[in-house]
Amino acid sequence: MAITGNIDKSNGDDGVMRTADGTPLKLSLQRAQRRQKQRTFFLVVPLLVFILFSFVFPILNMLTRSVEDPQVVSYMSNTLDALEGWDGESLPGEPVFEAMAQDFKIGRENKTIGRVGKRLNYEKSGMRGLFNKTARRIDKIETGPWKQTFLDIDKKWGNVETFTVIQRHDSAYSISYYLSALDLKHNEQNEIVRQAEERRIYVSLFLRTFGVSLVIAVLTLLLGFPIAYLMANLPLRYSNLLMILVLLPFWTSLLVRTTSWIVLLQSQGVINDIFVAVGIIDEEERIQMIFNMTGTIVAMTHILLPFMVLPLYSVMRTIPPSYMRAARSLGANQFVAFVRIYLPQTVPGISAGAILVFILAIGYYITPALVGGETGQLISNIIAYHMQRSLNWGLAGALGSILLLSVLVLFGLYSRFIGLRGLKFG
Amino acid sequence: MSALPSYVGPLERAWYYGFRILCGLIFIFLIAPILIIVPLSFNAEPYFTFTPEMLSLDPEAFSMRWYLDVLTNGMSDPGAPFSAAWLADSWSNGQWIHSMKNSFLIAISATVIATTLGTIAALGLSRPEMPYGDWIMGLLISPMIVPLIISAAGMYFFYSYVGLASTYLGVILGHAALGTPFVIITVTATLAGFDHSLTRAAANLGAKPSTTFFRVIMPLTLPGVISGALFAFITSFDEVVLVIFLSSFEQRTIPRQMWSGIREQISPTILAVATILVVMSILLLTVVELLRRRSERLRGISPS
Repeated sequence: MAITGNIDKSNGDDGVMRTADGTPLKLSLQRAQRRQKQRTFFLVVPLLVFILFSFVFPILNMLTRSVEDPQVVSYMSNTLDALEGWDGESLPGEPVFEAMAQDFKIGRENKTIGRVGKRLNYEKSGMRGLFNKTARRIDKIETGPWKQTFLDIDKKWGNVETFTVIQRHDSAYSISYYLSALDLKHNEQNEIVRQAEERRIYVSLFLRTFGVSLVIAVLTLLLGFPIAYLMANLPLRYSNLLMILVLLPFWTSLLVRTTSWIVLLQSQGVINDIFVAVGIIDEEERIQMIFNMTGTIVAMTHILLPFMVLPLYSVMRTIPPSYMRAARSLGANQFVAFVRIYLPQTVPGISAGAILVFILAIGYYITPALVGGETGQLISNIIAYHMQRSLNWGLAGALGSILLLSVLVLFGLYSRFIGLRGLKFG
Repeated sequence: MSALPSYVGPLERAWYYGFRILCGLIFIFLIAPILIIVPLSFNAEPYFTFTPEMLSLDPEAFSMRWYLDVLTNGMSDPGAPFSAAWLADSWSNGQWIHSMKNSFLIAISATVIATTLGTIAALGLSRPEMPYGDWIMGLLISPMIVPLIISAAGMYFFYSYVGLASTYLGVILGHAALGTPFVIITVTATLAGFDHSLTRAAANLGAKPSTTFFRVIMPLTLPGVISGALFAFITSFDEVVLVIFLSSFEQRTIPRQMWSGIREQISPTILAVATILVVMSILLLTVVELLRRRSERLRGISPS
């Protein structure tokens, strides 16, 4: 109150503009603006809450699975305690085996020891079998000496590495799924090394996914550029008609388009029939065009082509034809004028289309799964495999977060250079 | 690209026609795969290719049997004579009919949620005073960008945890999340072109704010809202990855049924369903195109 009174006294003397109730205009405006900001923000709140709950949180939740590693810590705590202070080189002594016997008995009772075995099997094959066998046999034995008992059950308990693997999981969080996702592993000395040659699959799959997406982006550009150019330079009446040919595939169900490509490309399909009828190939040498990488690339190029044509077209429409005419009248031939004058002006459209197609392609799942066969699978398919079949959810999370990261980086580039506000459909 | 002047040389003439032929081929590449399934869906034989009889336009080679199969598949007594009871049987037991009902139920509910929330948010996002506008925009349209397999995997775990897996509500919420980016983008695009002097003019002419909203703002933004809603609808109607992960047999949609059809027992019934979907997408496309023209006319942009 005192302060207000103070300001009131100096009203009119200090040259500060005031509103009718005496607050300085600047303050009042700021307040109004803040209120307006809040009101605007409240419009977004319902959707923000909805997206956070139904979309963002589930994804974050899944990604945490890629670093969670609770099995050994929860179900073999006695063993881990006993292993503390172990030198890591010689076989542990009797106390460790005694603790382990205890863990196995509890684990068998609660049916949890199998989970530990399954988890450790990802790190070292054979662990699942070892754990199941040991749990079955140890149950019938009441007293020690435990070390000898374990060694009698399976020689692998005499292997130091078995304990190195167990001890490595002494924390509820680990990066081991990420190591697997990058074809790396811990060796006996706890150093990070590359997987054996025949087990390196994920890095090459990532590279293949990026490579295929790049090929598809280039193909859609090669196919999309001419038709976008044609449409941009035709009178609107005709180009709107042609646009329907681009938009119809865009609006048609993805599964319909994938089905069509199966119908067209399969060995008893329409295209092979035409080839045989025309006499290009013989009946016996029908070309295998689907259920391999060719099928994936052809179908995805077709499906993603509208995403290239639409941004290209909207950019090309805005290029004034007078520039080309000016170049021609200044002596450039058609080719030079095109390369030096027209092409640079289409770059925003090319980059928008290419990034969009690339982003969509690296996350594609349905089409490769249906037409890709064995060789045409992409990274999404292996994630689905680990989600549904092998149930290695940690690895699925790790592969997923690497995929997500690459998509977000590209999306960041897109919004940085092209801007989200220019995004349009149809 | 206007008509070729008479003075051009033979090379340029060849290029002119060559280019048009090239474009024609690309358009054929775009559209032929979609149209090819239409005649094939009337195939009398269970093949995915044209039989010689079909090519000679023999009426015997064409049939509606696969369309009939769309209705009868799963019926308890498909051989019964056609009657009201037959239709009722098809309506309640037909597998494709069941998926179709699910598809529409899920898509319409998801569209309502996505359009309502998305339009309100777009009203806020299109204002310049929106705090952190770009970041929020990026977050809100991320469902469109994040690979579907990741969204599906995330929702699978989380929705199982909160008891929404294998429920209609779970699929609807997931699809609504996927549809909102399209609503936001189309509605903000419409609002960005909104001429604010129109509201001032309305006020100037004595309209109350509510009158201005209903008589000026609504008619101008409605086309954007409707085309956003159509995008959200088609996104949900066409979506299959989320459905694979989140639904049980009970919530099967048409794309889900097609997915297992293609993978397990491929039959030309899928081509009949695909043809129906193509017809549906033509209808949707027409509606969107008409809306776009109406919106342009209202704003006084006439096509040249």
